[in-house]
Amino acid sequence: MTARQSPGIGSVAGIAAAVRSGEISAQSVLQSSLRRVAELEGDLHCFNAITAEKAMADADAVDRMVASGIDPGPLAGVPVALKDNLCTEGIPTTCSSKILAGWLPPYDATVVSRLRRAGAVPVGKTNLDEFAMGSSTENSAFGPTRNPWDITRVPGGSSGGSAAAVASGMVPLSFGSDTGGSIRQPAALCGIVGVKPTYGVVSRYGLIAFASSLDQIGPFAATVADAALGLEVVAGHDPMDSTSLERPAPDLLASLDDGVSGLRIGIVDDFLSDVSAECGATVMAAAEALAAAGAEVDRVKIPELLLGLPAYYLIAPAEASSNLSRYDGVRYGLRVDGPDAETMNARTRGEGFGPEVKRRIMIGTYALSAGYYDAYYGQAQKARTIVIRAFEAAYRNFDVLLTPTTPSVAFPFGSKVDDPIEMYLCDLCSIPSSLAGHPATSVPFALSPEGLPVGVQVLAPALGEVLMMRVAASLEKAAPPGVRGPVTP
Amino acid sequence: MTEYETIVGLEVHCELSTTTKLFCGCRNAFGEAPNTNICPVCLGLPGSLPVINRRAVELALRIGSALNCRAQRSIFHRKNYFYPDMPKDYQISQYDEPINVDGFLELADGSRVGIERAHMEEDTGKTTHVGGGGRIHEAAHSLVDYNRAGVPLVEIVSRPDIRSAVQARAYVDELRSILVATGASDGRMEEGSLRVDANVSVRPVGATEYGTRCEVKNLNSLRSLERAIDYEVARQIELIESGERVAQETRHWDEADGSTHSLRSKEEANDYRYFPEPDLTPLAPDERLLAAAAEGVGPMPAERRHRLSEIVSRSAELATRRDGSTDQVVTVVDLGLDDLVVGAVTAGADPRLALARAANEAAANADAAKRLDPIAFAALLKMESSGRLSSTQSKEVLVELMTNGGDPGDIASRLGYEAMDQAALDSMVDDVIASNPEEWQRYRGGDEKVAQFLLGQVMRASRGRANGKLVAAAFAARRDI
Repeated sequence: MTARQSPGIGSVAGIAAAVRSGEISAQSVLQSSLRRVAELEGDLHCFNAITAEKAMADADAVDRMVASGIDPGPLAGVPVALKDNLCTEGIPTTCSSKILAGWLPPYDATVVSRLRRAGAVPVGKTNLDEFAMGSSTENSAFGPTRNPWDITRVPGGSSGGSAAAVASGMVPLSFGSDTGGSIRQPAALCGIVGVKPTYGVVSRYGLIAFASSLDQIGPFAATVADAALGLEVVAGHDPMDSTSLERPAPDLLASLDDGVSGLRIGIVDDFLSDVSAECGATVMAAAEALAAAGAEVDRVKIPELLLGLPAYYLIAPAEASSNLSRYDGVRYGLRVDGPDAETMNARTRGEGFGPEVKRRIMIGTYALSAGYYDAYYGQAQKARTIVIRAFEAAYRNFDVLLTPTTPSVAFPFGSKVDDPIEMYLCDLCSIPSSLAGHPATSVPFALSPEGLPVGVQVLAPALGEVLMMRVAASLEKAAPPGVRGPVTP
Repeated sequence: MTEYETIVGLEVHCELSTTTKLFCGCRNAFGEAPNTNICPVCLGLPGSLPVINRRAVELALRIGSALNCRAQRSIFHRKNYFYPDMPKDYQISQYDEPINVDGFLELADGSRVGIERAHMEEDTGKTTHVGGGGRIHEAAHSLVDYNRAGVPLVEIVSRPDIRSAVQARAYVDELRSILVATGASDGRMEEGSLRVDANVSVRPVGATEYGTRCEVKNLNSLRSLERAIDYEVARQIELIESGERVAQETRHWDEADGSTHSLRSKEEANDYRYFPEPDLTPLAPDERLLAAAAEGVGPMPAERRHRLSEIVSRSAELATRRDGSTDQVVTVVDLGLDDLVVGAVTAGADPRLALARAANEAAANADAAKRLDPIAFAALLKMESSGRLSSTQSKEVLVELMTNGGDPGDIASRLGYEAMDQAALDSMVDDVIASNPEEWQRYRGGDEKVAQFLLGQVMRASRGRANGKLVAAAFAARRDI
């Protein structure tokens, strides 16, 4: 444990303001980002690809706009890191899988083009658990990412690379995807803010699908305000995604400092017995802080939320088994030849996918099979409905809910990777909101006795982002010093 | 020997003639250079998502409406199976909640075939196996063209109401004219716009349970459909008669050797692992969508046949089919000349004559006939009915009218077709009677056959200018004195 607090390369809002006003150049911001990447990447392995050359060209373009009096946008010159399951035109996009080796997407994900349009400068593609399946990045085909707070421990996952890049101050803003907790859990383990928006608020076009009915893209940042700014830029209707909601991006920043006075906040009891002492204590401390700030805080039992985990581990693999069928060696990515198409297909998938991906494809295929569909996939969908109804009932009495983000702090490499169930339990508290399509965010609120960050999760009903971020901002204000990144390992 | 009844249900895949594909903006076109109409969506590239083509939904609803179906809230499912020409290795289709259900199709002979459903789905790409006689297992390699991938299809599933190969053919024929009439398809079987699979079984006459069915694929024309069903029925009867069982399987029709071959048995069939497509939202046809679908759609062929038959039969007794149609009515509606006939009748033409001319002379050049002005057509027919033109002359004028247009009266004058005056006609009739006394006597005795001979003599003498009806009347008048 040698991590020490660091300003990183600065805040999103600070950089954007300085670049827009011409106070600093996007190029110089990029150079400090790339320097920090060069310094720390060897220890952390946040990136699958660092696209310095393209980033320099992008930064130049931003500087030229400023020079000619054109506003490059709200993220002017802000270096951003993108999870390597977001398609980037002409830049390798691998999902940390061997099966996508050599594939160059011919298009940018909607999120990526919106970031560029806002003046952001993508610096690279971040590591993840293969196809976003995992909670530690240990399932990456290219080796794990390490936690900047303690490089003997995991950063969480699946968006571990994006979380560690922000937590180590390489970039002030990054993007990940969250299917059952893949933004919130690594955010908690890395001491930063991570937001999973309401399903449909951010376009999925160009996000390589894991489980389509659950996947959402969201931001990582050191502060609630920076995360809010990042989300505002990428949110809003996209005609390329049929599940994208037909509404404009929410205005999160305007009411961020409005406080929590009068808000009804529920502490969800049901997870507290299943999480570590420090994770449970952190939720109670957060509740006290919110009460002190004027919120009405009460405890609530929602036992139905415990149905979430088993339901999720049928629905997500079922959708994944279908989404991952296309990696057949015919059109792109890896091909291992065989005497006929069927054998080529089997060999390609056999060599191209890692063990966790194969496990989930098998579970999902089984759950959808004739004769088992009703017992598994059908039942899981019923459980999903029960979770949704239970939330609806709870939100009649509360504006937002508070839970631990994770059952434990960052764990050492190898401690869970051989026990899938133990690893799946990492998602216990984050899964219910995913099933319901609700927004949720993790905010750093404490340090464990060993000095590791502990997060607290704020849940809100669908499209409750404005209120949720307000509560998160209040928590951030009340949190003790030193609980959040960036840190230098 | 036991008599058997043929039971057939048909699944018809119809490519919709939209400008773009079902889930992306790529062009929906046939016969272009391979892999030119493709994009991340129809190639199923990682990260791409489908967005439904509203026009395709409207056309699907049109088809449903023309087939008397009920339109309902529907959802898309994924049908999962691996095949190189399927970009995502699943097909987006509709499963237990299709957009159109419970309709029927009325054939030209008045019989009805139930329609179970008409659902939407995407087409696959096209594989060409190179070497090894074009079969996948013997091929050296295969080439895939994804231009067709994502082209919108409507699959129309009939109930097992069809009782013969001939009726199956009539069903597809009628369905094709409906699909063309709705503007949903060009109906070209040879280009694969229309693809038919037949579920065939047999059972002893009087039995109530269905026999085991076989699904026959690769039916590329109406002729192969008819032949394949006949072959399959004979094969199944032979199996049963020799004490064997018909196995439930998919069979491939081989046009060259005129037989069906087993493709895969029920046990080898794919488990498609259908589940609701999470990338698309439910499709609920609201008032606006239904109105847009109905816009610009005229009446369907069955209704048009009824209308035409009614107009024609008001004035003439016709050898009618069960639904009151004659072959001429079917032909005229098939060729889209019914509006011409109805227009001409409204303008005062003799209905029976209008129908006959449309079904024969006009039908011989249907494209030109469709451009005919019904008023001019009526004027021509009236000249014929009144005796100003003989039928031979009238047909000549019609050809000219279709080729170059113009006024039928002017054309007749230009061609020198002037009606003979009554005096000239009378004198010709008298001449023929005088030079054929024996025939005249037989005619007066009631011999109808000789009437034609006498008429022919006058026509010859007048070089076709005499009006047959008037000549017949002149002979009759002299006989009845």
